Parts: sequence; structure tokens; C-alpha cells
Amino acid sequence: MHTKTIAQLAKGLQAGDYSSVELTQSYLERIKQHQNLNSFISITEEQALTTAKQADQALAQGNAPLLTGVSIAHKDIFCTQGVKTSCGSKMLDNFIAPYNATVVEKFNAAGVVTLGKLNMDEFAMGSSNETSFYGSVLNPWATDTVPGGSSGGSAAAVAAHLAPGATGTDTGGSIRQPAALCGITGLKPTYGRVSRYGMIAYASSLDQGGPMTQTAEDAALMLQIMAGFDPKDSTSVEREVPDYSSDLNNSLAGLKIGLPKEFFDAALNSEMAATIEAAINEYKKMGAEIIEVSMPNLKLAIPAYYVIAPAECSANLSRMDGVHFGHRCTNPADLNDLYIRSRGEGFGTEVKRRILVGTYALSEGYYDAYYIKAQKIRRLISDDFNKALTEVDVIMGPVTPTPAFGLGEKISDPIEMYLADIYTIAINLAGLPAMSIPAGFIDNKPVGLQIIGNYFAEAKLLNVAHQYQQVTDWHQQTPKGFE
Amino acid sequence: MSLTADDVNKIAYLARLGIDTQDTESYAKDLSGMLDLVAQMSTVDTDNVVPMAHPLGQVQRLRPDQVSEENQREAFHAIAPQVEAGLFLVPKVIE
Repeated sequence: MHTKTIAQLAKGLQAGDYSSVELTQSYLERIKQHQNLNSFISITEEQALTTAKQADQALAQGNAPLLTGVSIAHKDIFCTQGVKTSCGSKMLDNFIAPYNATVVEKFNAAGVVTLGKLNMDEFAMGSSNETSFYGSVLNPWATDTVPGGSSGGSAAAVAAHLAPGATGTDTGGSIRQPAALCGITGLKPTYGRVSRYGMIAYASSLDQGGPMTQTAEDAALMLQIMAGFDPKDSTSVEREVPDYSSDLNNSLAGLKIGLPKEFFDAALNSEMAATIEAAINEYKKMGAEIIEVSMPNLKLAIPAYYVIAPAECSANLSRMDGVHFGHRCTNPADLNDLYIRSRGEGFGTEVKRRILVGTYALSEGYYDAYYIKAQKIRRLISDDFNKALTEVDVIMGPVTPTPAFGLGEKISDPIEMYLADIYTIAINLAGLPAMSIPAGFIDNKPVGLQIIGNYFAEAKLLNVAHQYQQVTDWHQQTPKGFE
Repeated sequence: MSLTADDVNKIAYLARLGIDTQDTESYAKDLSGMLDLVAQMSTVDTDNVVPMAHPLGQVQRLRPDQVSEENQREAFHAIAPQVEAGLFLVPKVIE
């Protein structure tokens, strides 16, 4: 049962082949059996079984929504009422969310069961899941390597079949990079497509939630529930949500694929380049046309990101002050001491680095040179993509420069870690939707293919991804020991 | 761009962020590295470029000035570090 996709499970539940309680119990058992992966921070067994019972009643009555009784898990960045929502930080280790994120609310309303909350880099800052207060997550494909980050728990759990799907968030690659390193499908929607309400903010102008699944078909089903305008999110976009499953089977004959030459320069290792080229050849066989495009400002994406994201995070995390919720130091001498020690004890090293850089960039006299400059570069990068997308339907390339790297390999050199996001960060700056889909293996480690589309072209991306998954079986591979 | 341990202490105070004394040097090194990375931005002329805040150029939405939230004082106090008589408690601010 556990290797089935969300689409298959939904059918099985609707047909009465098994109950939601049976399905939920089987996943809960697997989660406990594979706790060594450290992919879950909280397991919500009791609530899961209660919801599953309600789902079974709804299914018995008929007319239950499509995903009723299917179980998923949420990245621990999404607030879940009455359940610890830690964001991977000691700061929020004692934080029981008083309300649900809109995304959580929507899954609940659709009858979907929540198995628990997934491990992640602290406050979503990291590319390896090693900055979590709750420890590293192991990559099920090679347990001495990282699962990627920041949605590392989500990616590892789906790859190991501890949940058929999970939510993730992506500020600079945090859905796509772990999806690539764990061999699953991940979709970062257009900025503003999925509500950020109750999704603990890191960099508000970049953050976007999305689905992490085995297949593109499943990503379409999850996005259908997640997407939509939310008056509670001030940057949410008011725009109709299309049927994301209806275009999946469209032919790709005549599809124009842009390959940015800057994606395939010397920085990309030859095995990665060969794997991506093989994937693009599959598209050629399906009738796609390949066009070279250029992104001259791409090299500035990491510099601009490491101003914008830290600046916004330093502002967002100022609310973690030990006064209203979260960690408070013992015996503060005065209010300043309370702030300084509570924050000093509550945050880990990477979060502190980014708060410091952000505070510096926003401090008097530096705002124009850093933040405004970065916002201008952001427009140049966005213009590069927009220009390319007038000539092609989608842009393709690698997600990461290498497959999963070793645990501990990059954690002591933050700059080295930042450079691992070279292919994903620019897309967040532009606000475009993008996917990562499994496209092969190097030394038994998964490789992801990135597909980038125009604003609100999620249905097109899902179509392009689904067609590839009809002619390849990379997405159906299961790591040893998790069959 | 190179920051000193003193700079780090100043920035940390602005951020009200406690940093262990033995770590200031390593923060100074990491932050200097980040600022070097960021300095690449100055290689591009952006004089006539409009800064981009929202990818879709959307401006802040306004809503009617009506009460839309209920009072949830008890729920919020239940997760607060210290409360008394219906108020959040902090160390004495005014002598």
C-alpha cells in the first residue's frame, strides 16, 4: 500500500479497497519503523486516526472530496493548531500554534489526514537540513549524505514512502533542491499562488509553499487544494485557480524548451551535464524543439539573494523576542537582557549569521548600497527570464551542481553551501514557478531536472513533467530498505 | 569588505542578538565572506533600474476598515512565557 501514489490511494479509498484508518495506521507504523531518518519532528498519531475515522465515515456516505482519507505530512513551518510548530528551531520548541495555516486549513477541509510535522533547516535557512535544532535528516538513498534543504524532512519522508506526499516551502530552492537530492517530484508555484498565512515567514518577498510528491500527477492533486487567493495574505494574488490535472496528457509536440547557456558552463560537472542532456533528449523524442537562451545576469542571483533574504529575515525574526511566545531566557536582568539572551539562546548559528547580515544591510547608511541595489538586480534577473519566456514555453536545466553531498561536508563553510543553490535561487527572485523531477542517478544518487515556466503556468509545468514520467521510470525507483 | 569582531558586536546589539564571545571572530570571518560575495553586485550599472519588490508588480491591497478578528487573548496567553492578570509580563522597564 505504501508505494502507491496519492492518485492511486485516492481511488482505492473511494472504491473501498482499504479504509483511511488502515492506510493511516500503515504509514504511522512505517514512520516509527524508520525513525533513524529523523524526517519527522512530531508524529500526530491520535489526531491522524481521529481524522481518518471521520474520513471513512465521509467515504461511506459517498460524495467525499477526491483526496478524502489520504494521509500527508506538513513541513514544520506550517502552523497547526494545538500541535507543536517548531520551524526546526529551539526558539519555537515550546510553541503550540494557536491557529492553522491556510494551507493546513485547506487540506483539513478536503478530508486529508495529517501524519505529523516534518524536519527542516532552522527557519528554512539551509540547503542540507543540518541546521535543524532536531538534528540532521538522512537521505534514504545514502544515509551518509544530506537530503537537501530546507524541506529535507519532507523530501526524505516521501522518498522513503513514510508519506505519499508532503508540503514544503521554497525561498531559494528549498522544495526543488531536496526533491532533486531525494529523487522525488517538487513544485514551487508562482509567488502569490499559495497562501503564506500561517507559514512562518523567512523572506516574505520570496517564500512560497508547494507540494512534494512521487509524481507530477500527485503534485497536481495537492496543488489543486493548496492554490488560491487568501485575503489573510497581503501578497496573495487574486486569480482563478485552473484545473491542474486537465492538461497532464497534452502532447508535447512542438514544445519549445529553452536551455540557458549559463546553466551548462564549466561549473556543472560532466556527469550531471550528461544526465540532464539525456533527459532533454527524451523531450526531443516527444517532439520538443530545443532553443538556446541566455541569462546574462544569472551570476548575480546569489549575491542579490544573500542581501534580500537576510534583510527580510532579520525583520521577520524580530518578532521572536521572548515576550509573547517561544523561548525565554531564565532570570533576565532587564528587558534588553531578556531580548538578547532569549534570542541568543533560541537561534542557531546559520540563523544568527543571516540576522546579522540582514541587520547590517538595513542599517543606516547601507540600505541603498545593499537592499535597494539587490532589488534592482532582482529586476534585471527577472527581465532575463521574462525575455527568454517570450521565445520559449519552458526553460530547463539542472537543479543542483552535484548529487547529494556528504553529511558534514559543507556545514563548516557557509559560502560553499550557498553556492549549491546557484540554479534555483534566480527563479525565486523572478517569482516564477519551477519543478524538480527525477531524471536519473549518478553513483546510485538521484539527479533532478529543473523545469521553469511562465507566471501561473503551473498546469503547463505539470504537463511537461507528467509526459516525461510516462516514458521514464526514474520517479518509480525506491531506495534500498524502503521497498 | 571586512568586518571586525567589534563590528560584529555592534551589529549583534542592533539586532538584540546574544553571541558568545568566543564566536565573534568566526562570525566576523563568515560575515566578511558574505559581504565579499554580495560585493559582486557593484559590477553592474543599475542607475536606471526600478527596484523590484513584488514579482508581479502588485501593490499592497487595502481592505475596509472593519473589525475582522476576534479577541483571542486567552489562546495567545496560553503560549506566552509569562503572563499575569491578563497581561504579558516582562522585567521592569521604568524605574
